[in-house]
Amino acid sequence: MAALRVLVGVKRVIDFAVKVRVAPGGAAVQTQGVKHSLNPFCEIALEEAVRLREAGAAAEVVVATLGTKASQETLRTALAMGADRAVLAELAEGAAAGPREVAVALAALARRLQPQLVLLGKQAIDDDCNQTGQILAAILDWPQGTFASRVSLEPGAVQVQREVDGGLETLRLRLPAVLTADLRLNEPRYATLPNIMKAKKKPLEVVPAADLGVPAGPPRLRLLQLQEPPPRAGGEKVESVESLLGKLRHAGRI
Amino acid sequence: MASAAETPNCLSSTGLTEDQKEFQKVAFDFAAKEMAPYMAEWDEKEIFPVETMRKAAQLGFGGIYVKPDVGGSGLSRLDTSIIFEALSTGCTSTTAYMSIHNMCVWMIDTFGNEEQRRRFCPSLCSMEKFASYCLTEPGSGSDAASLLTSAQRKGDTYVLNGSKAFISGGGDTDVYVVMCRTGGPGPKGISCLVLEKGMPGLSFGKKEKKVGWNSQPTRAVIFEDCVVPVDNRLGAEGQGFSIAMQGLNGGRINIASCSLGAAHASVLLAQEHLTVRKQFGEPLANNQYLQFGLAEMATRLLAARLMVRNAARALQEGRQDAAVLCSMAKLFATDECFGICNQALQMHGGYGYLKDYAVQQFVRDIRVHQILEGTNEVMRMIVARNLLQG
Repeated sequence: MAALRVLVGVKRVIDFAVKVRVAPGGAAVQTQGVKHSLNPFCEIALEEAVRLREAGAAAEVVVATLGTKASQETLRTALAMGADRAVLAELAEGAAAGPREVAVALAALARRLQPQLVLLGKQAIDDDCNQTGQILAAILDWPQGTFASRVSLEPGAVQVQREVDGGLETLRLRLPAVLTADLRLNEPRYATLPNIMKAKKKPLEVVPAADLGVPAGPPRLRLLQLQEPPPRAGGEKVESVESLLGKLRHAGRI
Repeated sequence: MASAAETPNCLSSTGLTEDQKEFQKVAFDFAAKEMAPYMAEWDEKEIFPVETMRKAAQLGFGGIYVKPDVGGSGLSRLDTSIIFEALSTGCTSTTAYMSIHNMCVWMIDTFGNEEQRRRFCPSLCSMEKFASYCLTEPGSGSDAASLLTSAQRKGDTYVLNGSKAFISGGGDTDVYVVMCRTGGPGPKGISCLVLEKGMPGLSFGKKEKKVGWNSQPTRAVIFEDCVVPVDNRLGAEGQGFSIAMQGLNGGRINIASCSLGAAHASVLLAQEHLTVRKQFGEPLANNQYLQFGLAEMATRLLAARLMVRNAARALQEGRQDAAVLCSMAKLFATDECFGICNQALQMHGGYGYLKDYAVQQFVRDIRVHQILEGTNEVMRMIVARNLLQG
């Protein structure tokens, strides 16, 4: 148990509080000059990994991301939160990647680093794909525990409580395994000022994405079109429940 | 509220190092999550948010420019300014108190001997204990050096008699950094003593009712034959006024930084309101007068910010012009930022006058920044003296 390494995959996304606008052309969202942050579910995954190390269940937390040079700032935030070292699988400026490409990169890193546990966020808040962890587990042929709301390590295995449609499901997975973090797994810490300064000295390795087997060219998942939702139409007040039901039926809502 | 979402227009990250952007990010996040949702309640109910401040101290905000060997974060004046500016977007009143606390801890850290530093600083850096800065008296505000609180030497103690007015945190805080007269008249007769709540002869006046800064209590501090060990004196007898003024140089940058944060938040609020509110069939943001108003606010804010950060750098480097730059920055930033917040309130129309809308609290909270830590009139005195002596 003492030698257990955790690999945490993170993503740099547009900050949740930003008002997102569709870029001219309708095939992408405006990102220029817009605030970006560490994906909240990835933050939860990272927090869990750091807690495992602090509890003595893990020895090292390595944080990794597939992204352009700008993703370095996300890795630095992760280091300030407590990761021991970071790896940037670097994409060329302007290159895009989807869940498949990220999974390929993380799989290559997993083969290199030999973690016993890979922790990811369940999905990114920009594309909401909810695929990367699952694809990664398939590529590595490892067991997966997605939507984790509780994680506990045992010798050679991990017990995961999952949030599923019917309620909560608990699985025991043999290590090595892939887990994806859901909202209620934990509440991530703030980086402290001393930890931000310590983070400067932690290793941040940059590896070209191609070296990890990420194919050049457009991602497997192509975004065809984006449009903003229709503007809010006015509402209507009704006098009785019968009237309400009538209007809803008339509008085909029930 | 959008204050945590950094938009290019406010440009508060411009020219910062990677580390500084990280500090700023933590401070913005903390402000948005731990302070902004409560600032109205703290103001209305006059709550001194001890637990929230202790959470902030856990992140290193209790002694930002205090040395690490006694629990401080060891950062620069510029780092400090950036942090207070960001925290202030969440609650200006609470951040302003935190800056006063930081100033007191720095004074003990810098002018205290090893025993005093170890006795006081760690629990202050963690905010297990809170501090107050006691200079102003009923009879001496701008003319601070004419203070009357006497400290008579009796063996290995001082016996204090007198009172201080308008003390931030007074009555609720634990440690009091008190400027008092041990010698003759004028600045050279003043020493700096550290008192603790509970010392016999130390009592407090009634809690003042204020227009703003309501998340921190303000009271008179009263000394009646209050006995203080000589071991609690910072530095030498007669050094107290210099210690007080050196503390204030940093304090002025900090208060100015709090004004910057309030203005930053107010600009974002005004921006949001102009986009959402419609009159004459269009969003207010289509109106050129208001567009120009917003542009002027953002420009003035940036100018103020650059003055404050420049002064912070000068103070950090110990430059000779630092004190004047701090005075100019405090004068300019507090005046400009009040104007900006006030203009933001105006842009909200009638809604700006309602306490349901945050902009009025920023206006009320920063109004006092033009008065304390040296009135803006005193700032002009300092600058004029510097110009005319040279």
